[in-house]
Amino acid sequence: MKFKRKDVLGLEDLTVEEINLILDTAEPMKEIMTRDIKKVPTLRGRSVITLFYEPSTRTRSSFELAAKYLGADTSSIAIATSSVQKGESLRDTAKTLEAMAADVIIIRHSAAGAPHLLARWVSARVINAGDGAHEHPTQALLDMFTIREKKGGFQGLKVAILGDITHSRVARSNIWGLTKMGAEVRVVGPATLIPPDIERLGVKVYYDWEEGLKDVDVINVLRIQLERQKKGLFPSIREYTKLYGLDQQKLQVAKPDVLVLHPGPVNRGIEISPDVQDGPHAAINEQVTNGVAVRMALLYLLMTGGEKDEISA
Amino acid sequence: MKYLLKEGIVVDPKANSAKKLDVLIEGSKITAVAKNLDCSGLEVLHLEGCYVFPGFVDMHCHLREPGEELKETILTGSRAAVKGGFTAVASMGNTKPPADSSAVISLIKEKARQASFPVYPVGCATKGMAGLEPSEIGELVEAGAVAISDDGNSIMNGEVLRRVLEYGQMFDIPIISHCEDTNLSGNGVMNEGFYSTLLGLQGIPNAAEEVHVARDMILAGLTGARLHIAHVSTAGSVALIREAKKRGIRVTAEVTPHHLCLTDEAVKTFDTNTKVKPPLRSKEDQEALYEGLRDGTIDAIATDHAPHRRDEKETEYNVAPFGISGLETAVPLVWEHLVERKLLSPVELAQKMALNPARILGLPERVIEAGAEANITVIDPSLKLTVDVSEFVSLGKNSPFDGWVLRGWPVMTIVSGEIKYSRQLQKI
Repeated sequence: MKFKRKDVLGLEDLTVEEINLILDTAEPMKEIMTRDIKKVPTLRGRSVITLFYEPSTRTRSSFELAAKYLGADTSSIAIATSSVQKGESLRDTAKTLEAMAADVIIIRHSAAGAPHLLARWVSARVINAGDGAHEHPTQALLDMFTIREKKGGFQGLKVAILGDITHSRVARSNIWGLTKMGAEVRVVGPATLIPPDIERLGVKVYYDWEEGLKDVDVINVLRIQLERQKKGLFPSIREYTKLYGLDQQKLQVAKPDVLVLHPGPVNRGIEISPDVQDGPHAAINEQVTNGVAVRMALLYLLMTGGEKDEISA
Repeated sequence: MKYLLKEGIVVDPKANSAKKLDVLIEGSKITAVAKNLDCSGLEVLHLEGCYVFPGFVDMHCHLREPGEELKETILTGSRAAVKGGFTAVASMGNTKPPADSSAVISLIKEKARQASFPVYPVGCATKGMAGLEPSEIGELVEAGAVAISDDGNSIMNGEVLRRVLEYGQMFDIPIISHCEDTNLSGNGVMNEGFYSTLLGLQGIPNAAEEVHVARDMILAGLTGARLHIAHVSTAGSVALIREAKKRGIRVTAEVTPHHLCLTDEAVKTFDTNTKVKPPLRSKEDQEALYEGLRDGTIDAIATDHAPHRRDEKETEYNVAPFGISGLETAVPLVWEHLVERKLLSPVELAQKMALNPARILGLPERVIEAGAEANITVIDPSLKLTVDVSEFVSLGKNSPFDGWVLRGWPVMTIVSGEIKYSRQLQKI
């Protein structure tokens, strides 16, 4: 199967076949990462630009290393969010990057839909590295890669996404991807952080952790933005941790072999207790490794269509 | 000048009729309306198959002058209005500076005179549209304001609004409310519901509008003021207004073509031309708007024409300004989506777009009869065209309807006897 898309903007658009192709391709990519010389010439001579309007450490490094391991040249542009209103417009920036002959632009932006606009304005390929509360496709793909590795598949799997669903692009992309692959997805969190009509995306809503986490195979814990408390979306960090922080007690209601994921960075002791974060169920560091592999797969598929057979060499 | 409009279907909302008649126009007046008028020696404009309406009035538009002339001017807005079939407009006071003084009202009147088009200014309800102190309403009315409003800036303090209504009702003008509790709407950019959840965009709940619709009507009841609710967008607002009218509250209401023709699903493309306040709502809300129009709860259709610069809209959804350039698409949108679907008859259309807005604003009555001012909108129901924003005469090309195929375009607009727009004569 060939990968025919120009851009990867979200899991809403991807088919089951495309998701499988990306996850399958990420496996040999992960193997490359174990070599002494972690570099293949597959994307030699291609240029990849990361355009980040939000601070990020792991996603950005992950993309850059992924591109470098495949031999591409990378360049990064960081723009403080505050300059969005008064600085150069996204469209002007897009035209500038186009003029520099970028092959791929990887964009993170606080505004939902910014990658979609960019994709319309440039002939370069665009990968969404997170747009507002909309989608974060590569995070969901790396979560799914990790789940598939640990659980062997998705069909019938019970996955709980725990925390601030309203403001989470990770949640939305995971919901799209996991429901497409046949998993049963639940969202668990306070009513103030669960957006309206989310049931229409095929998920079940739980305010009570005990019901929500019962017998689940996977718990994906979301980062809680502490400033949400200031807006009155939950009364205190203390109460949030008490009701929704994943600790040993809450873990007990899940399946004994439950897999715990977190997209990072972690607010230690708030949304997840240190013993769970560092315990045997958590795969948080493996997620980071898998993130590079998945992004390598995506860059490779986007730029070659998946036909160049150089990765196994 | 003397000419005859031959064999058009003349719509008379007062007599509830639409009949094939000839209309004789002399100078600024209609001098005869009858079958088979003698046309010897007259200039004759053949309108077979076209509807001849009393001149449409857009009671809610933003012409941006003074202050934001790159978005629109009174001249370009007036030309867009006549091309869109409007024979008069009311321009909102959120200019820069705002129309909270007789100086700004006079300037608008003067610019309108230069554009030779009737632009009726709406004055600000509070000084600087800050929502704190009532403006000099008496002087604004004397200078020519036909209504007062802090459009766009909801007056959040109920006590201030109470005084505006109480004071304003002395001048027999409507007080126009843009109903939005800004604490509830917050930084929202679209309707709160399934699509805001899907897109991860911050939502504006229906309640943000309905809370103020209820409050404003209660205060209208308290003060006896004449309240007009701008751009009603939710089912709850329609129900509240229906009930208030039954109770005898002096309230009227308008709806925009975009709320009648689009729902929040349109935001899915992240097209910033769909970003508007109040936001495009759900299908259920839209159905309620149709019902409100049919049963008379909603009196008028008004464009809320809000032109913006192209570059302001070519940006992230969160950043783009709210508003749709609506003057040049209002008529065919309403024709295609309401008249063609039998949701509104041509007679009802005349009520919603001519008779009622003129009555609410206290303008000369819109009728087609001998002795009346010759304000006429001619619509060709069979004319089918594709909306092309590059052909807009408005400076605002910000329309979500670009590329839509619509029937029922205005083909002639007559203002006080003068043909301001004629598609056939390629005159504008």
